[in-house]
Amino acid sequence: MKNAIALTINRMRLMLRNRLFLFFSLVMPMVFLFLFLGLFARGNAFVLPVMLAQVIAITVMGNYWGLSVQLVMWREQGILRRYRLAPVRASDLLISSIFANYVLTLPTIIIEFVLARLVFHVLTFGNLWTVFLLTLLGTVCFASMGLIIASVTNTMQETQLINQLIWFVLLFLSGATLPIFILGKRIAEIAYYLPATYLVVGLQRAMLHGAGAIDLIPVILSLIGTGLIAFILSSQLFRWDPDDKAPRKAKLWVLATIVPFFILGYWESHHANLTTESQSFFHAMEQQRQQPPPPAQAPPSQPPR
Amino acid sequence: MSESIIEVQDLKKNYGAVEALRGVSFDVQQGEVFGLLGPNGAGKTTAVEILEGLRQPDTGRVSVCGMDPIGGGQSYKQLIGGALQSTALPEKMKVGEALDLFAGFYNRRRTTNDLLKRFGLAEKRGAFYSQLSGGQKQRLALAMALVNEPRVIFFDEPTAGLDPQVRREIYDIIEELKTEKKTILITTHYIEEAERLCDRVAIMDGGRIIKSGTPRELKQASAGTTRIEVRVARPETVETLKRLEGVADAREFDGYYVVHSKAVPTTIVALVKHLESTGNELAGLEIATPSLEDVFIELTGRRLRD
Repeated sequence: MKNAIALTINRMRLMLRNRLFLFFSLVMPMVFLFLFLGLFARGNAFVLPVMLAQVIAITVMGNYWGLSVQLVMWREQGILRRYRLAPVRASDLLISSIFANYVLTLPTIIIEFVLARLVFHVLTFGNLWTVFLLTLLGTVCFASMGLIIASVTNTMQETQLINQLIWFVLLFLSGATLPIFILGKRIAEIAYYLPATYLVVGLQRAMLHGAGAIDLIPVILSLIGTGLIAFILSSQLFRWDPDDKAPRKAKLWVLATIVPFFILGYWESHHANLTTESQSFFHAMEQQRQQPPPPAQAPPSQPPR
Repeated sequence: MSESIIEVQDLKKNYGAVEALRGVSFDVQQGEVFGLLGPNGAGKTTAVEILEGLRQPDTGRVSVCGMDPIGGGQSYKQLIGGALQSTALPEKMKVGEALDLFAGFYNRRRTTNDLLKRFGLAEKRGAFYSQLSGGQKQRLALAMALVNEPRVIFFDEPTAGLDPQVRREIYDIIEELKTEKKTILITTHYIEEAERLCDRVAIMDGGRIIKSGTPRELKQASAGTTRIEVRVARPETVETLKRLEGVADAREFDGYYVVHSKAVPTTIVALVKHLESTGNELAGLEIATPSLEDVFIELTGRRLRD
């Protein structure tokens, strides 16, 4: 653990000196915040927390991108080989990556909350404990997924390609940017199996309805399960040396990480809860838009679960 | 006789169809500087990486400080230090931070200030890795190899790609370590490096050790000959040169010939007579005692950098 802590501190220093990291982890989330809360929510008290939840989910999901790229770059440049010569384990490096990312994601999320309150006048954040629990588990889950991508890809080009494909799916099919129900029944089916969908839904439920951890147990367990499976697999498949190539079949292990969400997705798809919930959110939003703004403290209408 | 701290027996390693090591055996005594000398692709780096615990051999037995480098795991790594053939660190890592971070991984450690001072990096403490010159990066790599006061140090091509001035600086550092009786294993393809730094040298080629001993022993074993480098106006055949009196061996290189002679005056007289009789002219002649390069040429028929 001593090594993991030393590596975490060092990683944080390196990340803070990296302009690209600062752009993607601080500037981009703020662009999403102003776009979603300023342009789409238009001051609607019901819509604002829904949109804020989506922005926070996108911020958390972003963890997966940077980690895989950095790990592959370090492997290609021979940096990991130097660590291997020292008494450092793969798990020390992987844990430090996740820790450092979480610690540096937290200020961004706090800034998003502060701006939401000061600039967009969001009056209630729902259950903040649940929100922070979900951001923690979400960061661990998505960062671990980034690590497993790094473990099963051989070149930066391959990593970027897979990242872009996954990022596209996470961003547009999870409800983080577009409501699930407007994707159509077939495409919406994909959303049932995405970890990002449940992060978005979990945050929306916590922020809009004050849902507690108990209310979100399937989501929380799935995030923990996926995070754990991805972490264990990436430790096992970890490669220090650019010459050690990942066998093709190793890529299939990525699918193993979403087993918890496959189970959750199977259950949800048979009950169509998410589509109904998404539709209800959207209709409630539309109704709210057509009415004068509700009183600040008025509880939002409860969509069916 | 001091004890062997490194023992390697019949080490073999293949990369697919390529046989990188074909039964390498050697041992290194406590406090000795041992060199693996050979051209690129001889198997030196594979051998040293197996000793560092970075690669698994296919067969053979390896023991360093009484431990198996792979089986010894993290405890083994506490005992060794090394500079890889190309050490790389994150661009935005500062020199002082790198030494602090790596020292923190070990139970025994030297202070960062000591190392910075010793390796002439004190002024670069706050510099990013990307801001260092090639020589400074290499000095940092050597300093990092010593953060844990290792019992055995591995330097893989420590001066490859560096200019002669920086190379001499690195030699000074390694010579200093030598006076401290550190056990060091160096791989190199520079003759000068092996002759100057190593107590014993194993010459490697094609995944095998073809000769080993002290640099002096190896040179003396070079058929007891003297090296004569000959340049002539018109090409001669190697066979003709080999037939000259006192010549043990002759080889042709780019624009010159190297003749190994057991009786230098006799050979030179015979050479001049031969050139006169054929109307050829002597353009240059240089006499030198054989170097390890000559030993290598004699053993393999090739130059080290071919």
